[in-house]
Amino acid sequence: MRAVLSLSKLRSQFVRDVEEISGEDLLACNQCGKCSAGCPVAAAMDMLPSQVIRMAQLGMTEVLQSRTIWICASCLTCVARCPKGVDLPRLMEALREISLRAGASEIDLDRLPPDLVRELPQLAIVGGFRKYIK
Amino acid sequence: MKVSYYPGCTLSTKAKGYDRSGRAVAAALGMELMELPDWQCCGATFPLATDNSMALIAPTRVLYQAEQAGEQVAALCAICYHVLKRTQTALERDPVMRDRINWFTEQEYGGRVRVVHLLELLRDGLGWEELSRRVVRPLTGLRAAPYYGCLLLRPYDEIGLDNPEAPTILHDLIRALGAEPVDFPYSTECCGSYLTVKDPTVSETLSRDIVASARAAGAQVLVTACPLCQFNLDWPQRETEFGRTGDEIPVVYFTQLMAVALGLPEEDWGAEGMYTDPRPLMRKWAAG
Repeated sequence: MRAVLSLSKLRSQFVRDVEEISGEDLLACNQCGKCSAGCPVAAAMDMLPSQVIRMAQLGMTEVLQSRTIWICASCLTCVARCPKGVDLPRLMEALREISLRAGASEIDLDRLPPDLVRELPQLAIVGGFRKYIK
Repeated sequence: MKVSYYPGCTLSTKAKGYDRSGRAVAAALGMELMELPDWQCCGATFPLATDNSMALIAPTRVLYQAEQAGEQVAALCAICYHVLKRTQTALERDPVMRDRINWFTEQEYGGRVRVVHLLELLRDGLGWEELSRRVVRPLTGLRAAPYYGCLLLRPYDEIGLDNPEAPTILHDLIRALGAEPVDFPYSTECCGSYLTVKDPTVSETLSRDIVASARAAGAQVLVTACPLCQFNLDWPQRETEFGRTGDEIPVVYFTQLMAVALGLPEEDWGAEGMYTDPRPLMRKWAAG
């Protein structure tokens, strides 16, 4: 992948938004990769969690196109293991929020399988809708 | 002893058996779970965005109701416990946010109520030794795999129930009931949680790995404290080779195992209507 890096991107509004919404310092991550190594859903992701942080650090808004931010289940395994105390699920939530606030929606209510909806526990519906729809 | 109790939405609907068995075992151990009057849903997610104060309103209303009722409130659902405990911690550490929420709800939540899980009351109040003395039908020889999942334990500095990487609370409970806790590597892995709403194939892959790991370790039953884990582990088994031959591993709530060991009648197990019927297994030990 070709990527253009520039000082203006590194200090862009996008980087400030991610840090403000998440409350996290992006540059605290030194890319050790421990989050990616232990992530239980990494196999379903198109990009590793640590790579998502790297792109956000560099101000690359293309990261919003990644499926990874929607696959992260906020299980907090990475939080328990990060040696730098970075709260990665908060960064993922910030990236999801930026997309959702711009109009994205991850659940098409008309296409939810009725047999699944009948069986789902209530908290999955309440929680899932709060997390993936604005 | 009376303890305020917050059942939450799922224990009043899809997971009634967890509620039933939880109340029954608490009563058998001298604890009366007093349901909060007029409670409402906690929202089922703790907001991870710092500017999303709206999602703190529902759990704060619950905490306010609990504060009116007493010093502590117990939950059974791991998600309710997670959301309420994190909200309680967040508002204790951030009085400005608490004022902001109180201004909106027009309720003065003081930030003092203690959120506990029934597992905590058993470990820290009753104690494992006392629990094992109360057992009348020891589950001797039952190989039970403790499945913790994620939100019951993490993040540690806000939840603080047990070690987030090497927990023992369910192991200790299983041992106190006379059964054998089965160690397996997926004990604290995530079941996929809310992904089951929008990407069921992802969560079903995760859950099948978890169940396969427990099976390989020789487990006869999986034990959980979370209605979403219960669903995510139990429901996808129907489409596996084991589901087709009726060899699924039942996924039970810890309170259901307790109900058997404490000699409670079958209606108190709350085990009817689960995808994989655990009752044939439970009856073996109930018969003594």
